[in-house]
Amino acid sequence: MATQHSRVTARWMISPSVVLLLGWMIVPLAMTIYFSFLNYNLLNPGPHNWIGLQNYYFFLTDPAFTTALWNTIVLVVGVLLITTVGGVALAVLLDQPMWGQGIVRILVIAPFFVMPTVSALVWKNMLMNPVNGLFGHLATALGLHPIDFLAHLPLFSIIVIVAWQWLPFATLILLTSMQSLDSEQIEAAEMDGASAVNRFIFVTLPHLARSIAVVILIQTIFLLSVFAEILVTTNGGPGNASTNITYLVYAQSLLQFDVGGGSAGGIVAVVLANIVAIFLMRMIGKNLEA
Amino acid sequence: MARRVTTSRKALVTVAAFAIGLIIFFPILWTFLTSFKTEGEAVASPPVFLAFHWTLENYAEVNQRSHYLLHFYNSVVISFGSTLIGLVIAIPAAWSMAFVPSRRTKDVLMWMLSTKMLPPVGVLIPIYLLFRNSGLLDTLTGLVVVLTLINLPIIVWMLYTYFKEIPGDILEAARMDGASLRNEILYVLTPMAVPGIASTLLLNVILAWNEAFWTLNLTAAKAAPLTAFIASYSSPEGLFYAKLSAASTMAIAPILVLGWFSQKQLVRGLTFGAVK
Repeated sequence: MATQHSRVTARWMISPSVVLLLGWMIVPLAMTIYFSFLNYNLLNPGPHNWIGLQNYYFFLTDPAFTTALWNTIVLVVGVLLITTVGGVALAVLLDQPMWGQGIVRILVIAPFFVMPTVSALVWKNMLMNPVNGLFGHLATALGLHPIDFLAHLPLFSIIVIVAWQWLPFATLILLTSMQSLDSEQIEAAEMDGASAVNRFIFVTLPHLARSIAVVILIQTIFLLSVFAEILVTTNGGPGNASTNITYLVYAQSLLQFDVGGGSAGGIVAVVLANIVAIFLMRMIGKNLEA
Repeated sequence: MARRVTTSRKALVTVAAFAIGLIIFFPILWTFLTSFKTEGEAVASPPVFLAFHWTLENYAEVNQRSHYLLHFYNSVVISFGSTLIGLVIAIPAAWSMAFVPSRRTKDVLMWMLSTKMLPPVGVLIPIYLLFRNSGLLDTLTGLVVVLTLINLPIIVWMLYTYFKEIPGDILEAARMDGASLRNEILYVLTPMAVPGIASTLLLNVILAWNEAFWTLNLTAAKAAPLTAFIASYSSPEGLFYAKLSAASTMAIAPILVLGWFSQKQLVRGLTFGAVK
């Protein structure tokens, strides 16, 4: 159907998007790579010498990097575990016949629309604060000693906050997927005498598998870059206890003004994200054929 | 089709679902309630749930002591500005990829998606320095530009999945009848595409409203949107729970309402069409 003329027009219509995104991606990324080879600190005026891979060497051998890498993995895996297991459970529950499903959906999805700085501060002050927070009151009422969550369990606390933000996303997607499951399949399994557990394992879960994979991969992309929640609750501390790679690079760049070191860290973050991205792209690409 | 469901089972599921729903929603409800308390009641032990003196003074005070309206205005300009500009750039691209696909269309789409996976810290320094040197730090213009570029891939993708569902035959018929490209877009495509465009707009306004990496790093005071305004409460002075709650309620209420309308689009937009 496409004529030569419309093909040329089509190319013109795509070009603004392509050019802008190309500029957005290539130019800053090239600059980051360039900076990462320089001895460049905003606090030290003077020439920026080429120092080869030294920034990478210092960044990668800094104990803070190992801690941050580990924290990033714990944060991502922890949130993924809570949100996928919780999301599947909630999706199965909400898919049952019930009254007021629309209202429950509204309640469950709400946290996803709360901006990260608000959810982090609400959890930090009004729920997790040992003196005035609700959890503290609850612990006192039960005769327990209130826990200072963000001081003693900083990473765990951040995992809880971020999981609260992302559980709605997982639930919504898995519920959407559940609703496309042919109920006759479940019925057939039921007639054949399959127990509820077996129906879940052999019919429901395989049906959800693709959506679960999509949830995991998309969340991973966002979770690798968790930032605001850490900034307003713990500032990465105490020490480096809740610093992830994103926060470490931010601290090195904009708090210590180490352009060279921060750039090296940025490139490391890009490489790590790319490893995840390759899987995600393959999966969505497959879907594009259909 | 009809599965036998006993009423008692249905009641049990309803109770369980509402209980879990309320637990998940509770932090938001609690913030909302606290925003109407006095500072003393906000930290009372044991906490009071409803039996307090409802007051609006926190809202008045937040508006007085800080330029809440300025930050609200900034959020509106940044989220709607970046989304509208994004739509203007993305609609032609999505249109041509959906209706005049070439061998490279799929690669272009995948490549656009890949830019979304670039972690922001990877380009933080150059963007920060470029902004500093060109006086774009703490300006609305700068933030609109960055957020447009960040969300452009999602906008193109969402529009593409919607446009693909429009039957191409209709467009061809219009072309046969001698409609110019301009008329084809204006009178044939647009009416069919409006629902998809509206959904895309909604989701992207929400995403831009809540974006909290670039807005925190590239603003100071003048251009700070609500995300950054709320962050200023992270180093508080004195009693501030009720005021924090009032500010938070005002920051999330508009987008919460928009969000509830966009549940379906959310699934499609954030999974790049992989789950519908």
